[in-house]
Amino acid sequence: MSPSARQPFFEQPLFEQPLFEQLRDAIRAEASVALATVVEGEFTGAKLIVRPDAQSAGTLGNADLDRVVTRDARGELAAGRSGIRHYGLHGEAREGAVSVFIESFAPPPKMLIFGAVDFTAALARVAKVLGYRVTVCDARAVFATETRFPMADEVVVEWPNRLLDEVGGELGERDAVCILTHDAKFDVPAVVSALATNVGYIGVMGSRRTHDDRTKRLIEAGVDEAGLARLRSPIGLDIGARTPEETAVSITSEIIARRTGRDAKSLTVTEGPIHG
Amino acid sequence: MKELLDDLDRWRSAGTAVAMARVVDLEGSGPRSVGAAMAVTEVGEVSGSVSGGCVEGAVVVEALDVLATGARRMVSFGYSDDEAFEVGLTCGGTIHLFIEPLDW
Repeated sequence: MSPSARQPFFEQPLFEQPLFEQLRDAIRAEASVALATVVEGEFTGAKLIVRPDAQSAGTLGNADLDRVVTRDARGELAAGRSGIRHYGLHGEAREGAVSVFIESFAPPPKMLIFGAVDFTAALARVAKVLGYRVTVCDARAVFATETRFPMADEVVVEWPNRLLDEVGGELGERDAVCILTHDAKFDVPAVVSALATNVGYIGVMGSRRTHDDRTKRLIEAGVDEAGLARLRSPIGLDIGARTPEETAVSITSEIIARRTGRDAKSLTVTEGPIHG
Repeated sequence: MKELLDDLDRWRSAGTAVAMARVVDLEGSGPRSVGAAMAVTEVGEVSGSVSGGCVEGAVVVEALDVLATGARRMVSFGYSDDEAFEVGLTCGGTIHLFIEPLDW
C-alpha cells in the first residue's frame, strides 16, 4: 500500500450535504450522475460528483484536476461507461500520478410497450427484472388500466403514435419500443413514429402472415428499406417460445443480443467469454 | 450501488461503520461488471456482491481490515497477479476492487 492511502480523506466544506447523500438522492431521482474517486495517488478516496448540466460537487484535491475530470466524466456519462483514467497531479493527460475511477449512474433504460394484452403483462414483468422503466400504452381505456398492469411504472391511454410523438425525443440507444398490438390500425402509425426516434430497439409482434401484410402496409406508408431493416419483426429470438412469459424472455433476449452485437445461439455450441 | 442504497441508509442512520468495495477494473472474463458493489458492516453484515461468489469471503476480510485501520486501498484477485491473494476467480479473469469506509 502506498503511504498516501493512509492520508485522511480530503476535507469537504462543512455546510455541504455529505457527498454520499447527494449521490444517493441523484440515483434515487433517476438523474444522470457520475462519481469520480481517486483510487491511487495523493488524496486517495477524494471524490467529485459530476452532472451533465450542473457544477460538480466535492474535489479531487486540485482545481485543474477537478476541471479535467468533470469534462471526462461528462463524456463517460453520455456513453454510459465506467472505468479508471490516469492523470497528472493537475489533470495532465498521459501521466499517471493519480488514478481516478469514474462511475456512471445512468437513468434506467426505458421500454415502451404498445398494446395492453397478456403478452404485455409478462413482458413488463421481465423488463422490470432487467431494470427498465416500463410504460404500457393502449388507446383502449378498458384494457390500459393500472389494475391490469400493476408492474408497469406508467399506464397511458393514448394512441401509440401520439405518445411517441410526445416522448420519442427522449428515446435513445439503450431504450426499447415493443409493439404488441398486432392490429394494422395501431401498428403501422406506431412503427412510423418509432422509426422517427433514435430508439435502439423496435420490435413488432405478429405471425409471419401478419408480418408480411404489415410490411406491405408500412411500404405504402412510406417506410423505406433502411426503416424496415431497423425493425425486429416478428419480434423475439427463435427459441420456440409459447407462453406470454416465454415470449417475454425471447423478446428481452433479443434486446440484449442486439445491444451486445451477438448472433444469439446456445452457449453449448459457441466458444469465447460467457459474459457479454 | 443502487441496490445497496436502502441498506447503506439504514446502517448510516444507525451509526454502523460500513466499508464499500467497488469493482473498478476487470481483465478477462468476469461475472459482474465494473461498478458492481458490496458493502460490509463492522459486525460483518453484507449487502451486494462483486463476483459470482468466488471472492466475496476474501473481500469481507479485506473490508473489515479497511474499517479497522481506516486505510482505503486497491485490492486485486485473479490468476494473473502472483502477488494477489490465493483466492482465484473460477472464470480465470482478474478483478480490481477499491475498498474504502463509507465516511463521505
